[in-house]
Amino acid sequence: MPVSWANSQIVYDALKKCGIGLVSALPETWLVHLIRMAEDDPEMILVRLAKEEEAIGISAGAHFAGTKSALLMQNHGFLASINGIVSFAQLYRIPLLMVISYRGHFGELDPWQTQGGSATEPLLRALSIPYAFLDDPKTVEKRLAAVQTWAASSLHPAAVLLTRDLMWEE
Amino acid sequence: MQRIECLRAIYHRLQDCLVVTIMGALPTELQSLGHRSNFFYLQHAMGLASSTGLGLALCLPEQRVVVFDGDGSILMNLGGFTTLARYRPKKLVHVIFDNESLLSVGGFPTATSTGSDLAAIALAAGVPQAITVRTPEEFTESFAQAMDGNELTCIVAKVEATGPKGYVTGLSLLENRFQFRRHIEKITHTTE
Repeated sequence: MPVSWANSQIVYDALKKCGIGLVSALPETWLVHLIRMAEDDPEMILVRLAKEEEAIGISAGAHFAGTKSALLMQNHGFLASINGIVSFAQLYRIPLLMVISYRGHFGELDPWQTQGGSATEPLLRALSIPYAFLDDPKTVEKRLAAVQTWAASSLHPAAVLLTRDLMWEE
Repeated sequence: MQRIECLRAIYHRLQDCLVVTIMGALPTELQSLGHRSNFFYLQHAMGLASSTGLGLALCLPEQRVVVFDGDGSILMNLGGFTTLARYRPKKLVHVIFDNESLLSVGGFPTATSTGSDLAAIALAAGVPQAITVRTPEEFTESFAQAMDGNELTCIVAKVEATGPKGYVTGLSLLENRFQFRRHIEKITHTTE
């Protein structure tokens, strides 16, 4: 599978460096290594979901409990979570670090991903959710830390988009 | 059986746990019995009260967590049953007040009014204990058992579709949220 193990490890290490103690996830191709890394890490609480919107509640519970969390989701999972983001995270000022695999953008071969690829950034902007691209292994750690810091200080959702350049090796 | 009768009967047991509720009549009735800093009312995002309880329970496994859910809310997150069952936090008690109705929007019947059985769904999802109760005595007894036990338990309480006239209380959403966070910080001495 040409998903980059090395770059997934860089993303995972960056999450750990931010102090993330819980990750929720719904499996998707680009996230498989990240989920395995969370599974193999005895210090990480991994919550496998049935649907991504559950993650908003789980991260809110973690925040109340004093645990920093991250949400691993495909961009279609972000689309499926929007009511939870708006009427829980934004309504109640819950910080969220959404780590979103940016499927369906330029270079995507799977036709079924493409519509969601076009909708992702416009929807993030419509919801006033700031986002950064993780596209270069050299800048992953710094960017992820900056986004996590902002989410925690603003008490608001923020996102990083995992791009094809970072996640896919061909 | 009235929901508020059930809440009144077990209110004294809620002192030392973390309580998460759904929106609508339930939080208004619970607040009418007396708001506490360990109560969090999720006044929207239907379906996510149980997920919030799971997040709390996974991060604070020593804390007793009580979720007060409703049929309309849990029907929006039936997959959440499977996630709860997967992690089956031992100290989480999941109460679902089932009035077979979306009461706050005019009382339209939910699928539990035509036979969908939430306790059976919970059991089939893998929740280790689930029971349906129909009288205040049964409710009080099963709640006490769940609180004294050490296993994820789902209690479906069949209640009448009645509630207070209005739902807005004097407690602001953000005040409640920060108070709840501070409460947990105090009892666990953690800061994020």
